[in-house]
Amino acid sequence: MTATLQNLHGNHACAMGAIAAGCRFFAGYPITPSSEIAERMSRELPLVGGTFVQMEDEIASIAAVLGASSGGIKSMTATSGPGFSLKQENIGLAAMAEIPCVIANVMRGGPSTGMPTRPSQGDIMQARWGSHGDRPVIALAPASVKEIYDQTIRAFNLSERYRMPVVLLFDQVVSHLLEPVELADRSSLQLVERQWAKGPSAEFEPFARTADGVPPMPRPGDGLRTHTTGLTHGEDGFPSQDPEVATRVTQRLLDKIEHGRADIEAYECHDTDDAEILVVACGISARAARAAVRQARAKGIAAGLFRPITLWPFPEEALKAALGKAKAILVPEMNAGQLVLEIERICGHDLAVEGLNRIDGQAIAPAEISQRIEELAGK
Amino acid sequence: MNEMNSGGFEIRDYLRLDLMPHFMCPGCGHGIALRALLWAVHELGIEKDNLAIVSGIGCSGRVGAYIDANTYHVTHGRPLAFATGLKLARPDLEVIVITGDGDCLAIGGNHLIHACRRNLDITCLMLNNEVYGMTGGQVSPTTAETRLTTTTPSGNSEPAFDACKLAEATGAGLVGREVTMQTPALRNLIKKGLEYKGFSFLEVMSDCTEIYGRKNDLGESAEMVLAQKSDMRPEAYSTITEQPFRPNRLVTGILASNDRPEYGATYRDQAAALRGDDNGEA
Repeated sequence: MTATLQNLHGNHACAMGAIAAGCRFFAGYPITPSSEIAERMSRELPLVGGTFVQMEDEIASIAAVLGASSGGIKSMTATSGPGFSLKQENIGLAAMAEIPCVIANVMRGGPSTGMPTRPSQGDIMQARWGSHGDRPVIALAPASVKEIYDQTIRAFNLSERYRMPVVLLFDQVVSHLLEPVELADRSSLQLVERQWAKGPSAEFEPFARTADGVPPMPRPGDGLRTHTTGLTHGEDGFPSQDPEVATRVTQRLLDKIEHGRADIEAYECHDTDDAEILVVACGISARAARAAVRQARAKGIAAGLFRPITLWPFPEEALKAALGKAKAILVPEMNAGQLVLEIERICGHDLAVEGLNRIDGQAIAPAEISQRIEELAGK
Repeated sequence: MNEMNSGGFEIRDYLRLDLMPHFMCPGCGHGIALRALLWAVHELGIEKDNLAIVSGIGCSGRVGAYIDANTYHVTHGRPLAFATGLKLARPDLEVIVITGDGDCLAIGGNHLIHACRRNLDITCLMLNNEVYGMTGGQVSPTTAETRLTTTTPSGNSEPAFDACKLAEATGAGLVGREVTMQTPALRNLIKKGLEYKGFSFLEVMSDCTEIYGRKNDLGESAEMVLAQKSDMRPEAYSTITEQPFRPNRLVTGILASNDRPEYGATYRDQAAALRGDDNGEA
């Protein structure tokens, strides 16, 4: 296996990862701090036979992505908070109609227009609950430029495997980092291709309850001539408000996540085996936390870090397994307290769970975290 | 319509018959528009397997599901944006958008003007029944002045869009309008739209007898359709005559055409040149 080392900008790594994953359609709308993804895609896609289009707004961008993916092409868009808000209805359509797609959301200070050039992790809960109704969600939060590349590829794989939208949550710091990255030879990448429906159309059910819960997708032109709708629909694809059908088909969408958990969940544990103070953090905050944990260890404090890479579904069992000797949990994040709610849900009844929050558009420094670790350790 | 003058066209060949009876109201013009569309598809020999129908939300949005093709029923106002992605990804498909006056001109207005400007090879059929029928009869961007709706209890005081003028002004490659009364003319108009290599915007004057007609005492379906054929709108239809508002006189047929490069082919040619291929389409 050969590999190339190059200096790469976080947002460019996302574009390069997408191309490597087989993405051949990008529709977007300019928005800080994600625009470099669109710019890079506009240059790369025509070279590989793909299509880039700058649409008239954020909603059009995600709608065009769903159209292209329905046509059989791996597709993505990129945006930031305000655009992510606008895209939510169509992300719901992607979940409901089981149209694979990837949405990169570079988180900036909010609410509203907020601080366009400043970092945040304020969209963690929007990624989970932003679109109405009960729907399956996968969201990934890389913490380095290399990981942006890898997780973008993984986002496409999960999206194609489970026929659903996958959200990439970058904070502005990691998306604008310039880091040396070793890119694997493309031929060594493990890529997942969508299962396409084949065969005679007479008895075909486009939303059938298959063994793994993910029905093969009909591709226009292949002769199956099916109906796709955002309305609650039966296995045949046509609208139904039958209570039994509605329960069955909605539950199948949610079960795709439960069945795939082991495959979907990704996380890292650092020094968690004997950790009394466990830090849980993602994205750039996790890198600060990693440094803080090292500093604490140097001072003899048994600190550890649990870093979820998959935020949704949250790697719940892995976190529980990492609790070990934990007496307190610290959750540093660039928001007023979002990830901490999930940690409290999972282990708040047994342990003290504390947030460390910044909502001022500044990244959290290692010193802030190490100081808090020391306080929690009673030193 | 007997077989002789329908040229061997049998609508049942193009419908999902197991979904019948359809859910459109008695007197609704949408079914006539559907027939004209499928008739045009038949006469042009378009394969059902290669036909993609994209529709939004509203009464118009439910028409597509009855067609035995690749049908997509997407979010409110967004069928043109969805169709843009589908057509760019799959230029081999015949992509038709079926939309309504609310879906296309209100919530989806931004997508319409940019689809006209972009000139991608999509045929957009806007079924104009002058009201939000599905939600119970609220005022739409094409509701005539003074008309009563459930949200204009004292009569509508907003002027109605002339959708064709809007499409023309924003650069649509082909613009036309027809009434449902003239089904063969409507079929011919749709054929021209489908044959046109670029974005064609076709407005079909439909009628909402059950809700809009009843509320405004416009008579039965036949009277409403005949009023369309007379080419004259009621005196109260509009007091404003400048563009882009609806004039009293309703003009039909091809209203504008301008030969511009089709967006998808242009993009693919540029991309081929970048790659050094000679396989461009131009």
